[in-house]
Amino acid sequence: MMFVPGNNPGMMADAHIYGPDSIMLDLEDSVTMAEKDAARLLVYNALKTIDYGTTEMVVRINPLNTPYGKKDVEAMVKAGVHVIRMPKTETAQEVKELEAEILKVETELGRVGETRIMAAIESALGIVNAYEIATASTRMMGIALGAEDYSANLKTNRTPGGAELLLARETIVVAARAAGIACFDTVYSNMDDMETFRKEVELIKTLGFDGKSIINPRQIEIVNSVFTPSEKEITKARAVVAAIKEAQAKGSGVISLNGKMVDRPVVLRAERTIALAVAAGVIDKEEVL
Amino acid sequence: MRNTKVVTLEQAIERSGLRDGMTISFHHHFRGGDKVVNLVVDKLAAMGFKDLKLAASSLSDVHKPLIEHIKNGVITAINTSGLRGELADAISRGLMSEPVVFRSHGGRGSAIASGELKIDVAFLGASACDELGNACGVPRSENAKSICGSLGYALPDARYASHVVVITDDLVAYPNMPHSISAADVESVVVVDSVGDSSKIAAGAIRDSKNPRDILLAQQAAKVIINSGLFQDGFSIQTGTGGASLAAVKYIREEMIQRGIKASFALGGITAHMVKLHEEGLIGKLIDVQSFDKVAAESIAKDPLHQEVSAVEYASGQHLGSATHALDIVILSALEVDTDFNVNVLVGSDGIIRGAIGGHQDTAADSALSIIVCPLLRGRIPCVVPKVTTLITPGKSVDVVVTEYGIAVNPGRPEIAQKLKAAGLKVVPIKELAAKASSIIGTPDPLPFGDKVVGVVMNRDGSVLDKIYNIVG
Repeated sequence: MMFVPGNNPGMMADAHIYGPDSIMLDLEDSVTMAEKDAARLLVYNALKTIDYGTTEMVVRINPLNTPYGKKDVEAMVKAGVHVIRMPKTETAQEVKELEAEILKVETELGRVGETRIMAAIESALGIVNAYEIATASTRMMGIALGAEDYSANLKTNRTPGGAELLLARETIVVAARAAGIACFDTVYSNMDDMETFRKEVELIKTLGFDGKSIINPRQIEIVNSVFTPSEKEITKARAVVAAIKEAQAKGSGVISLNGKMVDRPVVLRAERTIALAVAAGVIDKEEVL
Repeated sequence: MRNTKVVTLEQAIERSGLRDGMTISFHHHFRGGDKVVNLVVDKLAAMGFKDLKLAASSLSDVHKPLIEHIKNGVITAINTSGLRGELADAISRGLMSEPVVFRSHGGRGSAIASGELKIDVAFLGASACDELGNACGVPRSENAKSICGSLGYALPDARYASHVVVITDDLVAYPNMPHSISAADVESVVVVDSVGDSSKIAAGAIRDSKNPRDILLAQQAAKVIINSGLFQDGFSIQTGTGGASLAAVKYIREEMIQRGIKASFALGGITAHMVKLHEEGLIGKLIDVQSFDKVAAESIAKDPLHQEVSAVEYASGQHLGSATHALDIVILSALEVDTDFNVNVLVGSDGIIRGAIGGHQDTAADSALSIIVCPLLRGRIPCVVPKVTTLITPGKSVDVVVTEYGIAVNPGRPEIAQKLKAAGLKVVPIKELAAKASSIIGTPDPLPFGDKVVGVVMNRDGSVLDKIYNIVG
């Protein structure tokens, strides 16, 4: 998910050419108070006029308790955004309030239920309430960590190893999995240190995240390379999938591969590997079907 | 020394037999730091010359004092590869009575060699020169101040001009060897305090671009090369100095190492990037018509496999021995490309001249594969358009156009399109790119051109390709 400032038309116009899976146009922290209205108008027009192809479009709105939040929701739902990202989410109640605002605009437009919600968790209270937030609405598609505000709230600093974020990251993954939605890690902003960035991406993949938030197209290649399954992983996953098909064909309830029984987690992991490989374009969708 | 050609500039001019109406010439190896053109033309003006024709290999921002000399009738005609800055702006608005004649580097070399462009007196700046006129662009003493490396664009002038004056800021003991310009071609040597501002002649190594769009364009261009069928041991390559071109070299290098492929030579303007590949053993030889940075200028001074060539040897269309005829792949830039693959590198979207033909026409025509790297959009300016503002390189010599929205292949090269598609690259019709640009930006209003011809674009064979009209307002 690539963050793009909502007050920069040049960046908004060609953000999709770098091939991020999703683009988050920002109306919140990257836009100054004086430019809030202009940015809202720009982002509205970008969503209405630019052909972003199959890229998932997300807009980060201002909090609902600011003078801008509700106007942001109205404009973005009208523009047909796929996902609204709520910043600094601390309670399930806030998600419900956003849902009500969205529903109001959608009802007016006659297309109820199309806009989904992602909640960014950026405080200790938000982490404590992570599962409630993740399950607050059927529109919830994911939760994400906002590490800058979170570490400030913890009264600590961000470090290259990210020890201060460990509990938050694990909590978010666990909450998202329990709720059956996606989870995304925070941004890494030092563009001159790609090695630490790679390590961070490797870490969050191990923790179970579905993806990473990025601030520069140059980070895309690294995220994709870390998240794209290796040839060895794909071969193994294919063997598992083939074994399932064979077992199904035989009507056998027990799946075995190379003489070993294949249990359900192995199957799920194999399916996820294949799905990631398809998403990364390493293997053809047709092949899998 | 018993015989010396060293005289003052005024004596050299008097000795040259220069008269009103004649043609004087200059090279542009000192680029934005050049002091020679302004120094000489100021002197000619002070001496009362009028109606001179100025034939430079190129002109840039630093030559804006020519505006006054044009107004005063000292300079009445200009031949060049390019124009930039205030001089270009004034000429675009109709400063001169005679249109400026634009030629490519190879076209200029050919025109000088054939006598079509006759030079009466050449004033050629040199980094070092001895008293008899053996001159070069590399340092030959501890006093060397203005180092430019290759003097390739000055060599046709030195050979074919009726009278040659070398101007240097480092007079060295005879014999200055090896030399670029031979004493046999030189009539006078003039010593001045400085021929160029060294900080603007050759920048230090250009840093790798961090612009994501440049990187994307470079990756795509590199993929085109790698999958073109020409990326084989012994291939040859020329690239420009833009961010995308230089970044492409980086990706090509990685692939060369991985596949164990080496290039036979790199051609044209040589940069630190090419020198690095050469020193790593990935490029056999460097054929250098212009050394773009300090590293290249230092390399040509010491490395026998890094050699200077004249503009004729580099890119003449009339001389089959010119290096472009042996060139496999060239990466070029563009201000605009149109749906017939025609390219404009000279006139901006505002109708103002802001560039140079350089070797564009020459390398595109002669190379086996010409790749134009050009963003679809520069801010609010569309760069793939239905028709170029000014035709510089005809579409028939352009093979591939790489943009951030897809790659277009000239329909005349279906085999290339097939190879790129097979490699999974996004090949799209060029009309689709133009339509995409127009869908995002809209159609710009037509430019307010007047009816006065301010420039004539020559093809490298000496025919006229296009005319540039004055811009109004």
